[in-house]
Amino acid sequence: MRMARGLALAGALLALVPGCGDGADGGSLTVYSGREQEIVEPLFERFQEATGIEIEVRYGESAELAATIAEEGGNSPADVFFAQDAGTLGFLAAEGRLTRLPQALLDRVQRPYRDPGGRWVGTSGRARVVAYNTEELSEADLPDSILDFADPRWKGKIGLPPTNASFQAFVTAMRLTLGEGRTREWLDAIKRNEPKFYEKNLPVVEAIAAGEVEVGFVNHYYLYLLREEQPDAPVANHFLRRGDVGALVNVAGAGIVTTTKRDETAQRLVEYLLSDEGQRFYRDEAEEAEYPLVAGIEPRSGLPPLDELQGPSVSLGALGDELERTLELLNEAGYTS
Amino acid sequence: MSPRRRRAPLLAAPALAVVALVLLPLAYIVLRAAGSGRSWSVLARRQTLDLVLDTSALVGAVTACALLVGVPLAWLVTRTDLPGARVWTILAALPLVIPSYVAALALLGAFGPRGLLQRLLEGAFGTQSLPEIYGFPGAVLALTLSTYPYVFLLAAAALREADPALEEASRGLGRPAFATFLRTTVPSLRPSLAAGGLLVALYTLSDFGAVSLMRYDALTRAIYLRYRALIDRAPAAALALLLVALTLLILVLEARSRGRGRFSRGSPGAARRRTPVALGRWRLPALAYCGLVVSAFLLVPLAVLGYWFANGVSLGRPLGLPWHLAGSSLLVSLAAAAVATAAALPVALLARGHPAPWTRGLERLGYTPNALPGIVIALSLVFFAANYATPLYGTMALLIFAYTVRFFPQALAGASSGLEGVDPRLEEAARGLGRRPARVFGSVTVPLARPGLLAGAALVFLSTMKELPATLILRPLGFDTLATEIWRFSSLGLYSRAAPPALLLVAVSAPFVYLLVVRPRSAGGTGG
Repeated sequence: MRMARGLALAGALLALVPGCGDGADGGSLTVYSGREQEIVEPLFERFQEATGIEIEVRYGESAELAATIAEEGGNSPADVFFAQDAGTLGFLAAEGRLTRLPQALLDRVQRPYRDPGGRWVGTSGRARVVAYNTEELSEADLPDSILDFADPRWKGKIGLPPTNASFQAFVTAMRLTLGEGRTREWLDAIKRNEPKFYEKNLPVVEAIAAGEVEVGFVNHYYLYLLREEQPDAPVANHFLRRGDVGALVNVAGAGIVTTTKRDETAQRLVEYLLSDEGQRFYRDEAEEAEYPLVAGIEPRSGLPPLDELQGPSVSLGALGDELERTLELLNEAGYTS
Repeated sequence: MSPRRRRAPLLAAPALAVVALVLLPLAYIVLRAAGSGRSWSVLARRQTLDLVLDTSALVGAVTACALLVGVPLAWLVTRTDLPGARVWTILAALPLVIPSYVAALALLGAFGPRGLLQRLLEGAFGTQSLPEIYGFPGAVLALTLSTYPYVFLLAAAALREADPALEEASRGLGRPAFATFLRTTVPSLRPSLAAGGLLVALYTLSDFGAVSLMRYDALTRAIYLRYRALIDRAPAAALALLLVALTLLILVLEARSRGRGRFSRGSPGAARRRTPVALGRWRLPALAYCGLVVSAFLLVPLAVLGYWFANGVSLGRPLGLPWHLAGSSLLVSLAAAAVATAAALPVALLARGHPAPWTRGLERLGYTPNALPGIVIALSLVFFAANYATPLYGTMALLIFAYTVRFFPQALAGASSGLEGVDPRLEEAARGLGRRPARVFGSVTVPLARPGLLAGAALVFLSTMKELPATLILRPLGFDTLATEIWRFSSLGLYSRAAPPALLLVAVSAPFVYLLVVRPRSAGGTGG
C-alpha cells in the first residue's frame, strides 16, 4: 500500500509536476528543516492536526539548507527555515533572507536566545556539558570550569569533535569572552593533553561509554540519544559552573524566509513551536531532551533548570559572524586542516 | 574517411549539448570562486598544498589497491578453471552496492577502536587495542572496498569480450600461459583498465563519506567543512576548482596509459569456447585470495550491519523493512541509468567515429564533474534551476538530471569501452552494403557495444541507488529513498535503525549486480 502510494507519487512527479505549489492558498507550508526528521516530525504532525495546515518538509543539514535557500534566491519555495543552530540562522539573517518576526512572538523567549534584530527566535536550548564515564570518574573528580581541563592530569583522557558546529560555537564564545590569546593558550594546552578527535558529538559519547576516553566536550542531549542504542551506558553529564565559558547554552531555532508568500501561515507555525504545547514536546517526548526556552515550562526530569545554567555573555547570533576566525584558529592550533 | 566525416555534424550537436549541460557545475564554481577575493587567499595557503598532496596520495593509493585487487580477480573468474567462478564473480562485484559511508561505518564497527574484532580478541586474548584504523589506512581500505568492483567489472567484461584468437595464437606460438597474460592479455586490457582506474580515481576525489568518517584530510572534506561552516561559499568553490584541476591531470595520465594499439573484435559473439587456463597447484591459493577479498569487503560489512540490525531487534524494535522506499530508489535509479546511457552515446560515438583533438577533448571534459563532491553539483543545480529553469525546480526531472551529471562518466566509460571493442570495418562494410547509418547503428554498433553499454548503465544505476548529497537537496518535497532513510538515522548515530534500510539497499541492488555480471557472459556464449 505504502509502496503503491510512493510509486504513484513518484510517477506524478516524474511527469514534471512541480514538487510544491507556490500559490498563496494559506493551507500549506514548506519548511526547510535542519532539525532531524526523527526528532521533529511528531511536532509537525501535531501542528497539522491542530490547524489543518499541510506541511511539506525538506530535511537536510542545516548549513546546506541555508546555502540552498541562498542559492534559490527570489524563487525559494521555503517559507520557514528550522535550524539546528543559531549560526546558520545568523547567516541567512545577514544575507537579508529572514523577515522580522512579530514582537509578541519574540517575547516568548528570553533575550539571549533570540536574534537582537528579531529575525529568528530560539525554539529549544542545547547546553554544553562535560560528559564522563561513571565507572572511571565521579562527579567530584570533575572541575567546575572547562579551563581546568588544560591540567596535564587529563592527558589522554579527553574526547572532542573539532569539526562540529556546537564545539566551534563554544570556541568562538571563548574567543569573544577571554580573548584570542587565552583561547589559543587553552587550545594549545588541551592539544598537549593529546585529546582524541571525533567527527561528531555522538561518537564522543560512545567513546566515553566504551572507556576509550574518560571525558568529552559535548552538548547535553547526546546522552539521551546514546541510551536509545545502549540503555545501560556508563555515561553521565557534568554541568559546569554558572558563567563559565564552557557552560554555553546554544539554541535551535526558526525564522521566516523573506520570499514567502504565506507569511501569516508561517507565523502560525513559529507561534506553535513556541506555544506551551510545542515547548512541552522537548520535556515529554523528543528523543533529544533539549531545553524548552519559554518561561514556565520545565525541562526533562534530571536536568537542572534553564535558569540555573548561564553561559558566557555573548550574542548567539554573533557566533555565526565570528566563525571564520575560529576556524582559522582551530586550524592554526592543529585541530583541523 | 568520407562517410565518417559526413556523420560528424549530426552527432556533434547532441554531444556538445550533453557536455555543456554536464559542465554546469563547473560554470557555477567558477562563478562563485570569482565572486570573492578570498578564494585566492585560500588557494595560496600552505595548508592547501598539504590538502592537495594528501588527496593525491589517497587517489594514488586507492587506484593502485583497486587495480591490484580487481584485475587478478577478473582474470581468475574469466580465464581459469577456478571452482565456482560464477559465484565468485557475483560476490566480488557485490561491494558495489554498499555506499561508501555505510562501508566506512561498518569497517569502523568491525576494526575500529571498540569494534567487533577488538571485542572478540579482548574476550579471547585480552587484546586492549588494535592498530589505528583512522586516517590514511582506514580511508584507503573503505575506498578500495567501494571502488575495486569498477576495475573488476570492466576488466572482466573486457576479458570476456576480447577475441580469444589473440591469446590462442600467442600460446600456439609456444608462449607459456603467464607470459601470454602479461604480453597479450594485459595490453589488450589497457583501455578498460585505464577506464576502470579513471572511475576509481574520480570516485576517490569526490567521495566525502569515507574520508569524513575515517577523518582523513582530503579536499572534499575541507570543502564540506567550509559548506557546513557557511561563512562564505567562495573558498569552498575555489577548493572545488582545485579538484577539477586534479581531474584534468588524471585525465591526461589516463589518456597516456591507454596505449596506442587497437584490440578490436571482429565478430559479435565469441562463438568458440575458450580453453580455460588450468590453475593446477595454484587452485588453493587462488581460492584463498578470492575468499579473503570477499570476506574483507563484503562479509565483514554485512556482518556488522546484521549485528546492528539484531541489536535493534533485541532493543524491541519492530522488524519492518521500508519496502516503499526501495520502490522510490529503484524508480529514480533506473531512470538515471537510462538517461545517462542515452546521453553518453553521442559523446562516445563522436569521439570514436570522428577522431580529432576536439572530439577527444570533448569526451575527456565529460569526466570532470565526477570529481566534484555531490554538494557542489547539487548547489549548482539549485542555483541554475531555481533562477533560470523555475518550472523544473523541485521536480523529479531535475533530480534525475543531477544523477546524470554526477554519474555521466560511468555511462561514458561504459559506452567508450563498449565501442572500443567494435571493429569499425564491420560498420563500414554494412554501410558499403547500402545500409543507412541509423540501421548500421542499430543493427551493428549497438549489439556489438552492448556489454559495455549495459555495464555503464548498471554502474550508473548502482551509484544512484547509493547517492545521498544531491538527493537530499534536490529531491522533490516528501520524496524519500533508501539512502536518505539511512542518513536519517545514521546522522543521529542510531545505527540499529539505519541497518534495516542499509540491508534492504544491498538486497534490492544485488540482483542488478547479478544481471551485470551474468548476462553478458551467457550472451557471449562462452559459459563457465
